[in-house]
Order: sequence, then structure tokens, then C-alpha cells
Amino acid sequence: MTAIHTSELRAWSCIIVVAALAIAGECLIAAAMRSLGDLDDIRAESGLLGAIRAVLTSPLFLIGATCMALNFFALLFTLSAVDLSLAAPASASLTYVGNAVAAKLFLHENVDRRRWLAVVCVCAGVFLIAK
Amino acid sequence: MKHTLTPQRYLVLLAVTLTAPLGDTLLKRGMAQIGTVDMHHLGLLWHALFNPYIDLGILLLIGFFASYMTALSWADLTFVMPATAFGYVVVALLGRFWMHEHLSVYRWAGIFLIVCAVGFVANGPSLTEHPDLNRMDSGAAR
Repeated sequence: MTAIHTSELRAWSCIIVVAALAIAGECLIAAAMRSLGDLDDIRAESGLLGAIRAVLTSPLFLIGATCMALNFFALLFTLSAVDLSLAAPASASLTYVGNAVAAKLFLHENVDRRRWLAVVCVCAGVFLIAK
Repeated sequence: MKHTLTPQRYLVLLAVTLTAPLGDTLLKRGMAQIGTVDMHHLGLLWHALFNPYIDLGILLLIGFFASYMTALSWADLTFVMPATAFGYVVVALLGRFWMHEHLSVYRWAGIFLIVCAVGFVANGPSLTEHPDLNRMDSGAAR
């Protein structure tokens, strides 16, 4: 009984760490992309290398990418211990919920009723996936 | 103005949708060969980088990252996130039929709800209008 609890606690701890790193990373990268503008336009103007240079020299992107790199190794660690069909959707869904809140607070996105409804669906989805 | 997407941009979103679950599944396949990683065997994570499944998974995830960032440059984060949620269905099907993991009815229902969430958001505008920023843009253009 205790062993089951410990492994569940470990699985969910892994999933939460993966999600927290992803939320930080994705919000920072979204903020970086927003400040850069349309990548298609940049590529049309200064080529693919120009677009890559514009992205790689953005400090917000670099911090966000560091979070995503840490998220990647945390995910590798998690996948070795937890079923893929639980770990991947659960961490991604938690990331999604956190992202909606963070996008509203920090990126000032218009998270309307439709998008909140999507958040509720995802929360319910995560609950069912974890059952 | 309602922001709508061109067919090319839908292709970028499709790339985001497919590369992430395929990459994750390849990582899982590779990690199954590597074995369980714990605090005492963190070196296995380095060893994992030389596994072909892991390498192909990493390549796909780089493709995911590139298309994801492209999408973020012309759409809201909260628009792109659920637009990629079909990946959950792909990952579940790969887990079920390739990794032979068991998917309960509850998990299927959860996946169904997540797909519903995509429908809600995909019908809305893809980018938030920021009137102050738009005024600044038009001012700069003048």
C-alpha cells in the first residue's frame, strides 16, 4: 500500500516539475516571439539565418530555452519511470492549464470564455487520465 | 478584426501536432532500452544520447520546437496550445498500439475531453488585439 503511494507521489512529483518548467519556458519563449514579430516576415526580409539569429539573440528566448532544456531532461527522467500514456498527457495538460493562467497574467492575452472552457475540459481530462 | 490562418500556417500547426507525440514515443522506446534512471544512475541520461531512438526523438522534437516557435510568432500561446492537443490522441494511440500500454475507459474519456477543448479554441481568433501596440505600429509606419 505504502509502496503504491510512494510510486504515485513520485510519478506526480515528476509530472509537476516537468509542467512547471514547461510553463516558465513556454511563456518566456512566447514573450520573446511576440517581441520579435512574425518570423515569416523576418525570414522574407533577412533569410533563414537572419530569422535564426534574431531568435537566438533574444535574452527572453535564451532563458526560456534553458527552462525547456531542463524540462526535456526532467521529461526523459519521468518517461523512464512513468507510463507514456500517463506522463505525456498529464504533464502536457497541466502545462496547458498553467499556460492559460500565465498567458492571461503575464502576456495579457485575451483568454475569453471559449478558452477558459477549454481549460476546464483539459482539467477534467487530466483527472480522468489519472484515474 | 478576426485573425484567421492561411493553409501554410495550418501546416505549421500540423507539424507541431505530429512531431511532438512521435518524438515523445521514440524517447519512451529508447528509454525502455536504457532502463530505469534514478538519482544513483543519472549517468544513464548521458548514455541515452547515443541511442538511435532517442536521437531520432530529439530530431523530431527540434522540428517541433522550430514549428512551435514559428506558430507563436503569429498566434497567441493560448491559441497554439490547444491547437496541438490532437497530439494527445496520437500519443495515446502510439502508447496503446506500439508500446502495448493499457488505456482504460477513463483515459479514453480524458483524451476525448481534451480534444473537445481544441474545438472550443480553434473556432476563436488566433491573436489578441492590443490596441495600444497597434496604434504604435501605425504611428511608426507613418
